[in-house]
Order: sequence, then structure tokens, then C-alpha cells
Amino acid sequence: MRFKLGISVLLTAMVAVLLVSAVAGCKKKPVDPLPATGAVAGWEKSGDTRTYAAKDLWQYMDGGAEQYVSAGVVSTATSDYKFKGQLEATVEVHAMGDAAGAKKIFDSSSSAGGKSVAIGDAGIAFDQSVAFRKGSYVVRVIAYQGGADTQQALTTLAQAIAGKL
Amino acid sequence: MESRRDFLKTAVTGALVLGSQPTLGLAAAGDPHADSGKSRVVVARDPKVFAASGKLDEQRVLDLLDRAVASWTGRDKPVDGWKKILGHDLGPDKVIGLKTNGLGGKGISTHRELIMAVAERLQQTGIKAGNIVVWDRNRRDLEVTGMAINTDQSKVRCYGSDVAGYEDQPAVWGSAKIRLAKILTRECAMVIGMPILKDHSMAGVTFAMKNMYGVVDRPMDLHATGCNPGVADLNCIPIVRQKVRFTIGDALSSVYDGGPGFRPERLWYPNALIVGEDRVAIDHVAWQMLEKKRAEAGMPTFEAAGRPARYIATAADAQHGLGTNDPARIHMLEV
Repeated sequence: MRFKLGISVLLTAMVAVLLVSAVAGCKKKPVDPLPATGAVAGWEKSGDTRTYAAKDLWQYMDGGAEQYVSAGVVSTATSDYKFKGQLEATVEVHAMGDAAGAKKIFDSSSSAGGKSVAIGDAGIAFDQSVAFRKGSYVVRVIAYQGGADTQQALTTLAQAIAGKL
Repeated sequence: MESRRDFLKTAVTGALVLGSQPTLGLAAAGDPHADSGKSRVVVARDPKVFAASGKLDEQRVLDLLDRAVASWTGRDKPVDGWKKILGHDLGPDKVIGLKTNGLGGKGISTHRELIMAVAERLQQTGIKAGNIVVWDRNRRDLEVTGMAINTDQSKVRCYGSDVAGYEDQPAVWGSAKIRLAKILTRECAMVIGMPILKDHSMAGVTFAMKNMYGVVDRPMDLHATGCNPGVADLNCIPIVRQKVRFTIGDALSSVYDGGPGFRPERLWYPNALIVGEDRVAIDHVAWQMLEKKRAEAGMPTFEAAGRPARYIATAADAQHGLGTNDPARIHMLEV
């Protein structure tokens, strides 16, 4: 009798552990899309991540925030980067409420002078910037200097970010 | 350095190029004070102000500033020109604020070289270094210009409203009900606006008047309907209107689309300063520059893009009376 009770308690505990694990597994893990230093060859994360909720986005981009808010932005994360200790860049990751919001923001920028790149659902590259959307995310990688390998370096970083989303 | 005769000659050339300015005749260009009753706006350019490395040439920035101030004031010597701008009521113990704009980040913010050139000339008029405050919303907006935060009175000071704070009681004018930065209300006797020329996703254009959104605690409250009448109403608040007396506008580089943030693919180099005291006239001139660039790039007008800078006309209307947007009443000198 005592033995049976022990087995029963043990089974119940195991089921509980399995259930908790399953629930935890289903829960969406928060995504940190900003690669750490060394995660992408040549790239150093040179600044802290700054995150803005939709209601605070104006602090980062003033009037520019309005179009993101109206498209359903949830939060924006940004950080500064350096490539090979020289090229300075900034990454902006906008988490929108859904893919339609991401498309709306991505499509709102003029593509004149850019070329399509295969990153995420749609991507575009200019000499000093790369932008893409993937699911409900819109990402922009901007360089502050130009150079022969700038676009390739930005594209590599953007691809790494897309891989984390 | 360019002589007075040389720059007046340049002004004449500019007048001819500016065929669209019907009131800018040769007589007016030959005598910069023959335009009484008109708002003078000087657009000073130097195509070599950026060195081949892409960095600003500090000496050329200073020279360009001197040329702009000399043309606007009619004074050959920079010190005399600056004394005229400051007026007689501003002694060395008064604090002068330089309201910069770093919102767009390090790629499109007021250039440090220009800020320091203005600070240098102010000191030469007798203003103590510690009585010059370079100022914006917060540390980040200042640091992206290349300035370092400093509260030491022995040097030019530089800090944001995140340090100095905002008034508890709101100031009200029309649709604007905002809390003003204490740097404006309590510290500065006079403020020189130092905006950078940008496209703006809502207002169309951001320059002299829109730069004042950085002196309030919640600028997003003024963004409705294309920032109109928010921009005009804010500039009508008496302390803003009275203290912000001059603009040294940075159009050395600019973003003609995708602003107000930095868009390197839409960056261009007007290599210019836009200088004057009539903030409406300055914004009108700046708006026309952006429209011209957008047309050259095959982009729609701001009107067609759905974001006309209507606040400029509002600021000029009888109710606001902040200045003029009438080309016939603007004496524009290109030097």
C-alpha cells in the first residue's frame, strides 16, 4: 500500500514536471535580435541596447515615431556597432504587432537607388544602409561612413540579425 | 579672408541666380542695408567646407560663419557683427544658449565644428565661456553632435534638459500647452537656434521653428495634423518668441527624404548656413531648398507627399505674426 502510494506520488510529480516543461516550451521566448560582440565576424557591439516601448518611441525618433505607432509598433531596440574598429553603424529593430504592420513601415520608405537583397521576407540595400522585414519585424542597419566594403559588411550583419528573428 | 567687396560681389551674383526673388535687385544686393522692412536671410555656401576625407574643415566652417554674419549684419569684423546680433542689453554676465538638434543621431545632427565656431565668436565679444550653454533635450542628443557633456563654469557648458529639468507649470499659447525647459526659462537671456535642415515625416520640413520642439517635455503632444498649428503656437509662447532671437541654421548636410532620422541614402550636402532673425523667413527659404533638392531627385513635392509644411504659413498669419513667408518681403542674400 505504502509502495503504491509512493509510485502514485512519483508519477504525479513526473506528469507535473512534464506539463510545466511543455507550457514553458510553448511560451514565446523574448527575442534578443542584437548580436553580441564577435557573434558576427568583424562586428563589435559598441553600445548598450536601448529599448523603447511604443509610448516612449518619440524619445528616440520624435515625430518619426508617429508612423510606427500608427502601424502598430510594440517596441524598438537599438544599439551602436563598429566594424573592424572603424566603421560606425546603428541597428534598429522594430517589433511590430504583426507582419502587415512591418510591411507597411518597410514599404513606406522610398526604394529609389536601392537594390533588393534576399534577407527575411524582403530586403533592400543602399551604399550605407540595409533594411529588411521578417514576420512582424522591421530592421534597419545604418552606417555613418561609406567605403568599398560597407554594404557587404552591413548585409552580413543584417543576415545575422534575420537569423535570430 | 574674403573682403567685404568680394562678398558683396558674390551677393550680386547670387541675386542674379535667384531670379525667382523679384525684389532682390542689384541695388539691394550692393547695399545689404537697402532692404529695410524686409526680413534678411543669408544663405552662405562653401563647396569645399567638407574635406576630401568627408570631415568638416574647421577653419572653413569658421570662415563660412564669418561670411554669413558679415553679410547679415553688414559688419566686416566678426566681433562687430556678433555684437550687433547680441544687441546692447546682453553683457558678458548674461547666458547665451545654443539650442542644437541631435535628434536624428550622429549622421544628421548640428555639426560640432559649427557649434564651436559660434562659441568662439561669442567669447570674442566678451561673453564668458561658462555663460555659453550648448543645449538640447538630453545627453544622447548632445553627444551625437560630437560635444561632450560639461557643467564646469570655466568652459563652454553643454548639458541637456534631462539634467536641468522642465518647469512644473505649463505654458500655454493656442494649441500648445507644454512644460518648458528650465535652461530656456531660467538660465538663458538669449537663445541662438542651431537646427539642422531635414525632411520630416509629419511636418514636411524641420528647421528653425520646429527645433523648438526640443525645448518642451512632451513634443509628441504637438505633432497632430502635420505639426500645424503646433509649431507656430509653440513659437508664439512669449518666452520662446522673445529669447530665441537668432538662427544659425546648419545646412552643411541634410536629409531630403525619410527624416527626421538619419537616412544615408537620402543625405546631401548643401554646404550651407542659413542665417537670420526671422524664423518664418528662414523656414520658408529652407523649405524651398528641400523642395528643389527633392525635385532634382525625382521625388514628389511635400504637398504631393501628403506632408506640406503648412505651419510656416500659419506662423506668418495675422494671429501668430512670427515673421514673413512672403518672398516679396524676404531679402535673401546668397554669398
